[in-house]
Amino acid sequence: MAKKTVPSEFIIERDDEKCITCQVCCRMCSNDVHTYDPELDEVNSDSTKCVGCHFCEMLCPTGAITVKRNPSEFKINANWTARVINDITKQAETGGVLLTGMGCDRPYPIYWDHILLNASQVTNPSIDPLREPMELRTYLGRKPDRIELESSDDGPGIKTQLGTQLKLETPILFSAMSYGSISLNACISLARAATEAGTLYNTGEGGLHRDLYKYGQNTIVQVASGRFGVHKEYLEAGAAIEIKIGQGAKPGIGGHLPGEKVSEEISQTRMIPEGTDALSPAPHHDIYSIEDLRQLIFALKEATRYRKPVGVKIAAVHNVAPIASGIVRAGADFVAIDGIRGGTGAAPTVIRDNVGIPIELAIAAVDSRLREEGIRNQASIIAGGGFRNSSDVIKAIALGADAVYIATAALVAMGCHVCQKCYTGKCNWGIATQDPYLTKRLNPEIGTRRLVNLLRAWSLEIKEMLGGMGINAIESLRGNREQLRGVGLTDTDLKLLGIKPAGEAW
Amino acid sequence: MKIDANGLYYKDLNEKIYQAVVSGKREIVLENVNGQRYIGGGLRGDVKVVINGVPGNDLASFMDGPTIIVKSNGQDGIGNTMNAGRVVVYGDAGDIIGYSMRGGRIYIKGDVGYRVGIHMKSYKGSYPVVIIGGCARDFLGEYMAGGLLIILGLNRGDDLPIVGNYVGTGMHGGLIYIRGELEDYQLGKEVGIEEPSSEDLEQLEGYLEEYCNYFGLNVEDVQQKPFLKLYPRSHRPYGRLYAY
Repeated sequence: MAKKTVPSEFIIERDDEKCITCQVCCRMCSNDVHTYDPELDEVNSDSTKCVGCHFCEMLCPTGAITVKRNPSEFKINANWTARVINDITKQAETGGVLLTGMGCDRPYPIYWDHILLNASQVTNPSIDPLREPMELRTYLGRKPDRIELESSDDGPGIKTQLGTQLKLETPILFSAMSYGSISLNACISLARAATEAGTLYNTGEGGLHRDLYKYGQNTIVQVASGRFGVHKEYLEAGAAIEIKIGQGAKPGIGGHLPGEKVSEEISQTRMIPEGTDALSPAPHHDIYSIEDLRQLIFALKEATRYRKPVGVKIAAVHNVAPIASGIVRAGADFVAIDGIRGGTGAAPTVIRDNVGIPIELAIAAVDSRLREEGIRNQASIIAGGGFRNSSDVIKAIALGADAVYIATAALVAMGCHVCQKCYTGKCNWGIATQDPYLTKRLNPEIGTRRLVNLLRAWSLEIKEMLGGMGINAIESLRGNREQLRGVGLTDTDLKLLGIKPAGEAW
Repeated sequence: MKIDANGLYYKDLNEKIYQAVVSGKREIVLENVNGQRYIGGGLRGDVKVVINGVPGNDLASFMDGPTIIVKSNGQDGIGNTMNAGRVVVYGDAGDIIGYSMRGGRIYIKGDVGYRVGIHMKSYKGSYPVVIIGGCARDFLGEYMAGGLLIILGLNRGDDLPIVGNYVGTGMHGGLIYIRGELEDYQLGKEVGIEEPSSEDLEQLEGYLEEYCNYFGLNVEDVQQKPFLKLYPRSHRPYGRLYAY
């Protein structure tokens, strides 16, 4: 490779007073930033290799290391920023597509930060969730148009046959991350945490490792265009099946796990030979229309004898509402929508940062459209794409989502510092890597605990906010946009979100 | 046992087939099939299903083991993500035959449509084989990652091409044998072409024997015309695309 001419993004400050040359940093950094010089008995750091993951900073026993942004600056220019200049430089050197990981980091408006929640005052008193029942349980799946009751000698019963529902103890699921994009220890952490917290995690399109079959009741298995690892047992193993059409980080393009990442274990799970590229084409070649999508939905339902809900995941794009309507009419039991801030293990930067729409607008558009068409009950909506905290979650539900997919937040809970270098496979935190030296850094026991803690914390906060609104069940908040008000939004934004401006009463 | 599919919705028909398999039936004959989808979908076990009539799309999708004999034409998506088993069609078939198929055999007597053998893959003991007696349309073997596709071009008019354009576009594994000629422009850019070696031909004969037995053909007759062997130039066709 040509000599890098892009200036280092970070600089490493080492306090020589504090450094005891223990060389932990040298041994631990997968990017070989730190080296020990035995002659001078000192540790040197090559900042040009630093990705800013802060792993060394955390491990340093004496707190000698600080990772800072490189203060070196180009001449101020609103057009030709450092990022622009560095990107052009990289492409001039390599002739390649710029690659990145995680979700879009561009400063597009985050509508959550312009939406405020309501609370009860005087009338409709608030509820204290610590002392009174508060229901976060959520059922995902097709709901009947009407319920028919029947009475028998045993008393009244429901005559209508209900479709299979997914039962969640909190309206938060772990979004799709494949074994391959993340380590097995990370997958195990997600699976165990989902099981313990009474929710589900999602396999992504990488198949299901044999050690994870036992968590099947808390698993959504994904079927993507490459069909990697998709076979009868896999489909039967999960509680639900998700057809992946697209994801928020890379709408309209396929996936590509390079051959060097297809190790023996990964090859067994994906059911492809070791070392071959795993290409997931952008389209499913059996799907060119809503009718074709229906065919795949029912092929999967038939293959599992109608025992599993089948959902469809799409990226939030301009036409998301009519597409979602088509998906529901095609027979999907849930629709997963992934906004532009949704993460990825690898995507072309230009796609990640420029394609798609924010999830807030997509939820509002889809929920409104399905209501207008009278088919909102036919499928649940799972929203994903950059959910950062419990208030994002509760606002999404008030806008019209049934539940929320989180992935980046889950990775952060396991240690990720969002350095966006997942695609290199060198994750120091042992998450986005298959290198055994790195993966053992993530202890699944601890990973599970931290994920369960995160779900518990967010759930407690959601209960607090619900109680404040005088609502005692998340069901009653779903699509209840009167509980939301916009600040600093245009009339058009408010109209699209279907909410009133702050200051306007009921 | 016999099942009369006349007027049966596919869901009800497939439930009957499933129940028959669960109850231990080893041979099931379906009469009056008329476009019902997903026959054999996700079906497992040592069972033979004979179909009289034309089955609908996604025949044998996700199937894992059984044998399906279709006495007339088939439609689209036969063997979609099939893991193991056999499908024999005594007629023509439609598009995306063998999509992402991982193992088993699909034998079609007549012609097929577009994107046949797309993303077929092999893994360890599983090696999918699709043999087409007639001709195939565009994008044959697209994204092919493993397994074997054989196009025989039997009974075709002299002016008809045996395959369409973009053969093997994105191919990065597996092999395609074509009994006939190809122009360069018909090939995807990821595909190499050569004359089969004597070992190749020996292997080919093994696969053709079973096919010919089903359709009453003579292997030697089929071998009269020369085959071309298409192979992926690289198992990593899309490397070197990215900056750092």
